[in-house]
Amino acid sequence: MSERLFAILTDSFWKILLPGLTVTIPLTAIAFSLAMVIAVAAALVQFANVRGLRQLARFYIWVFRGTPLLVQLFVVFYGLPNMGVLIDPFPAAVLVFSLNEGAYCAETVRSALESVPAGQLEAACCVGLSWPQAMGRIVLPQAMRTAFPPLSNSLIAMVKDTSLAANITVAEMFMATQRIVARTYEPLALYIEVGLIYLLFSTALTWLQRWGEKKLGAYERQEA
Amino acid sequence: MLEVRDVRKAFGQREVLKGVDLQVERGDVAVILGPSGSGKTTLLRCMNFLETAGGGTMTFDGERFQLGRVPKRDILRLRKKTAFVFQSYNLFRNRTALQNVTEGLIVGLKIPRDQAERTALQALEKVGMAPWRSYYPHQLSGGQQQRVAIARAIAADPEIIFFDEPTSALDPELTAEVLSVMRRLAEEGMTMLVVTHEMGFARSVSSRVVFMEDGRVVESGSSRDIFENPRQERTRAFLRLTGSLPDNPSSK
Repeated sequence: MSERLFAILTDSFWKILLPGLTVTIPLTAIAFSLAMVIAVAAALVQFANVRGLRQLARFYIWVFRGTPLLVQLFVVFYGLPNMGVLIDPFPAAVLVFSLNEGAYCAETVRSALESVPAGQLEAACCVGLSWPQAMGRIVLPQAMRTAFPPLSNSLIAMVKDTSLAANITVAEMFMATQRIVARTYEPLALYIEVGLIYLLFSTALTWLQRWGEKKLGAYERQEA
Repeated sequence: MLEVRDVRKAFGQREVLKGVDLQVERGDVAVILGPSGSGKTTLLRCMNFLETAGGGTMTFDGERFQLGRVPKRDILRLRKKTAFVFQSYNLFRNRTALQNVTEGLIVGLKIPRDQAERTALQALEKVGMAPWRSYYPHQLSGGQQQRVAIARAIAADPEIIFFDEPTSALDPELTAEVLSVMRRLAEEGMTMLVVTHEMGFARSVSSRVVFMEDGRVVESGSSRDIFENPRQERTRAFLRLTGSLPDNPSSK
């Protein structure tokens, strides 16, 4: 490796990692937290078969799963200003990523809710818990244990998808890389470098997932 | 104390309960017998609102309810006075044995935690499960799980406990273990309504027997009347078939 390339790579490492820590991670963390709230809400209204809200949830999932993430970003950031709705890049990205991710995760949470035996909810109601108490204390915790691995999948996918936010001028890792490439003309090395940093983030999340599963697994083995 | 009249329930086109009357007095151990598919379990579930009955009335502690049209808050209130033991135990899988018992006390009945834990421990002791208090359901045998489920039922000091085939998922040894717990409860005067196929238990413990078939009550009466002097031919046939009535040549 030439000395010049080595210097570019070490110099750019921090220049890429920094927006990773200040933009990519916060964007992912905020958007995924909001996505979880949306997902649980959309799953619960379907599970409980709340008239009106159930149809609304189905419609929402249909739209956000059925259209490209990139198109959603463009509609919100470049399209909505036509209607006088101007949103800054970062909040626009948070909005789109949480709505998009919420739609996928809603299905994960719903299937996990349905995998909890009906007797759990019935038993909870029979000992005098109200429906929200029974769901919140007995059914949902068990469902989240089941949903944890696929939700971790979604989270890891989302970290990488945040690179799309570069298209709406969010100064995250990928945009930082593009800028350095424009200056140095070393696309191969730099794009591999940013790929490795994404890999680093994903690896950390994989460890986090393993730790989380162990922590949630106290009652892991289910009765036959 | 608890009476239902003309309970009806249909799943789609299929009528499962075709107008059932049933009455339980305080201290009764009432047993519902009958072949599979006769509606016993559905009746029990309707009485605790796990199924919404299509019609009928219920009187509980002098309060009258139109089944199928009972408001949610009344259901919640009634459930705090009753308990239900399931065929498949349904212990909370994310709670230890002790937490399974305290859950309803703390959250449902708003009893302070330390007091709830004392009560729960007493209940677990009664069913011989106190040493397993910190075990999760998957670490317990079926019989142990069902005993914890019974502890969960009695801890809230209910006015009546519904048992839905509590031993049907257990082998004979574990069945005996659960039945002896139920026998002791009966001796202590607990009001119980039991759907069971355990004819020996029904005969020796119950005070009242209801025999159901095809969504209707065929015959009901005191345990002695039903087992020693059944009036209906269908009841006699069922008892003979299950070995609870000697073959009687004169009735053939």
